[in-house]
Amino acid sequence: MDSFFWGLGIFLFVNAFLCLLRAYWGPSVADRILAVNIVGTKTLLVLVLLGYIFGRPLYLDIALVYGLLNFAITVITARFIETGRLTGDWT
Amino acid sequence: MNAVEAILRALTVILCAIGAFYFFIGTVGMLRLPDFYSRTHAATKCDTVGAGSILLGLMLMQGFGAITLKLIALTALLLLSSPTAGHALARAAFRTGLKPWRSPEHTEGEDAT
Repeated sequence: MDSFFWGLGIFLFVNAFLCLLRAYWGPSVADRILAVNIVGTKTLLVLVLLGYIFGRPLYLDIALVYGLLNFAITVITARFIETGRLTGDWT
Repeated sequence: MNAVEAILRALTVILCAIGAFYFFIGTVGMLRLPDFYSRTHAATKCDTVGAGSILLGLMLMQGFGAITLKLIALTALLLLSSPTAGHALARAAFRTGLKPWRSPEHTEGEDAT
């Protein structure tokens, strides 16, 4: 089962690098943020798989914090490119 | 390894393969689709279905326990946060004036925007 998880993790890693290509090309700012969001989700799954491979359940907590940070980064940056500031009303 | 365990392992492998396939579809959509809004479609699909099915497969392999509760929390977080983030990004892009892509066959009779 470990070798299957290694293969899955390496596959997700290659996919994350292909998504970074979109973050490099991306014509608009939102494209780049979306690509970084997907890379964050794939990193989260690679963390969970590494926790299973190495037999350390603590990696799941790190993955949980990583997912929360990923969500916060995306929403805050979306708000910043929508309103131009980080405090006050959404106008 | 008895029969039930073997069946659960097989289900785990199948669900992880489905998740990897959806991640591959999401990556191809990110690289090939023509504009930002359609890329949002591909991205949220790969986040919810791909990550959800891989985590569901890991839950099946684990059995019931504290680790499964953490995996359920992780799945709930992903299922809640990924469409919200995609919607917030699409709204921000639309309000800052990013025009949706029109196919060239459909804009022949109209003004090209």
